[in-house]
Amino acid sequence: MNRVRLATTWLDGCSGCHMSFLDIDERLIQVVERVELVYSPLIDNKIFPEQVDVTLVEGAVSSDEDEKKIRLIRERTGTLVSFGDCAVTANVPAMRNQFKVEEVLRRGYVENASCGAGIPDVDIPHLLKRSRPIHELVRVDFFLPGCPPSAESIFFVLGELLEGRVPELTGKSRFGA
Amino acid sequence: MSETIIIDPITRVEGHGKITIHLDDKGDVSDARFHVTQFRGFEKFCEGRPFYEMPSLVERICGICPISHSIASAKACDAILGVRIPAAATKLRRLLTCGQYIQSHALSFFHLSAPDLLLGMDSDPAKRNLIGVLEADPDLAMDGIRLRKIGQQIIEAFAGKRIHPSWVVPGGINVPLTEEHRSMMLSLLPDAYAIVNRTLSWLKSRLDRYREEIRTFANFPTLFMGLVNQQGNLEHMDGSLRFVDARGKFRADQVDPSEYQDWIGEAVEPWSYLKSPYFKPDGYPGGIYRVGPAARLNVCNGCGTPQADQEWAEFVGLERGPVMSSFHNHYARLIEILFSLETLETLLNDPDIFSRHVRAHAQPNHQEGVGVVEAPRGTLIHHYKVDDDGLMISANLIVATGNNNLAMNKGILQVARRFINGDRITEGALNRVEAVVRAFDPCLSCSTHAVGRSSLVPILLIGPDGTVLDEVR
Ligand code: SF4
Repeated sequence: MNRVRLATTWLDGCSGCHMSFLDIDERLIQVVERVELVYSPLIDNKIFPEQVDVTLVEGAVSSDEDEKKIRLIRERTGTLVSFGDCAVTANVPAMRNQFKVEEVLRRGYVENASCGAGIPDVDIPHLLKRSRPIHELVRVDFFLPGCPPSAESIFFVLGELLEGRVPELTGKSRFGA
Repeated sequence: MSETIIIDPITRVEGHGKITIHLDDKGDVSDARFHVTQFRGFEKFCEGRPFYEMPSLVERICGICPISHSIASAKACDAILGVRIPAAATKLRRLLTCGQYIQSHALSFFHLSAPDLLLGMDSDPAKRNLIGVLEADPDLAMDGIRLRKIGQQIIEAFAGKRIHPSWVVPGGINVPLTEEHRSMMLSLLPDAYAIVNRTLSWLKSRLDRYREEIRTFANFPTLFMGLVNQQGNLEHMDGSLRFVDARGKFRADQVDPSEYQDWIGEAVEPWSYLKSPYFKPDGYPGGIYRVGPAARLNVCNGCGTPQADQEWAEFVGLERGPVMSSFHNHYARLIEILFSLETLETLLNDPDIFSRHVRAHAQPNHQEGVGVVEAPRGTLIHHYKVDDDGLMISANLIVATGNNNLAMNKGILQVARRFINGDRITEGALNRVEAVVRAFDPCLSCSTHAVGRSSLVPILLIGPDGTVLDEVR
């Protein structure tokens, strides 16, 4: 039997959702026995591959590069999971949306700097006007809320998806959990 | 013709970053830069919010060290309240810090860097990850998974949740400890000691194999900064700042952390969302300093716990002065786990920790507060200003990874110069450039709290005219 091709990635998140994934502890071994991990911050593949069965995406879409990435991921993924509150609602990253990008950058790089004050803009991605949840840009197949979703709910959802079932999440996780 | 190599994204690090390496006409490395490509804006969007929300909000800066952010933040809030928190609350926060060090250092050592250390810098990139370690040395991989779990279980036992708990609050903590949780934690210790001692012997017996990496992984003179306690010993949560130079001489000692601005400046470079702090008396960029596990062991007089002290003595004996190679952060991390286990054991046997007095209540009495802790990756500073109603006017955060920005950049250049020459770029050479970054264990989503975004770190080969010649992915 072919193993399920699994990818995980982070956009504008805090990595907490990925850490919660690692919190399944020893059960990680059961998972890696059943999948082929084809792309993830934890492995060295730098290019998002073709024909991925399941992708977990942590974080909101906040920069032009995030946007490019999520469109590519959508194209190449069968089941795309909005993984955690930042992906589902834009959560904490969206707190900057009430300000203009320029103001936010000024606070960090001009007002709070003592040397070379100026907004960085060389060889780095540009911020979008607003941080947005993933489903505002591309179709999402499954939403897994929580900040972060508990290790239990992640293990459950993965198990169901690997079996080709639609997970029934009622009572298992919620926003801000 | 000159070229640029781009490594994007840097993998097996927390957050988004990339590396560019510039080659001159002869194909020699002329420059190398580390770019942090995420920007998040915490410093701005907390404005107008009640200060007491901050410890929970800033946890979301980082899913690996939320505890350090919440404690630094709560300490800044304690200063705004103007309270001395109950002794039990200090001890419980310190216990929580121990759990955090264990899980965070275990993640860095086993999950992120062990693939390089066990399988080799030049090994097959398709296997060079935790799953590859699991296949090649299942015991080592399981030790890593278990040790990280123990750290997370300790956090969960105190705070009710492994990631982003809301237990640390301005004035102390919000729920006292129960006996049941204490015995659960004590029962985890023997396994944890065994794992860390086993791993220390494993690493020490192999140091010879990493001779070239030790020689080139940011191995140059800089200042070092870290907190020390009243005895000058290793300190992770309170104490005062000490700066030591490359020969081990104190440049500043017993600096009250709330006066950090007299000693640390922050510079901005146009090519990164990560600012570069520097030691003010020496200017920018001459005031380059390092923080983190090896820096802490370099600045302190010792650990103050018996087993860690023995390991510390061996560690500082590696060189005549401070240990210069940042490769040794891996080694220092294991010693700090041992120190955290010993601290945990001592404090868990202290009857004070069951006190019901764990929180001091007050209205805001001051308009400014600074909270400083040692996060696993280094010194972390939260500095808040509030108005009369306790609403945030401004925040400035200096995170561990930022403190190391200058040194990481120089370290990348050093490794690139040693391992990349001419027109031939090997994957293993590029992996070493990433591995020097891993040795610092940066937290890139932390470092760009200000605004921002990061992309993982990629490598590009760029010519003298700025065109991209090759890109290694
Ligand atoms: S949902 Fe929460 S844990 Fe996940 S990335 Fe966002 S802030 Fe971090």
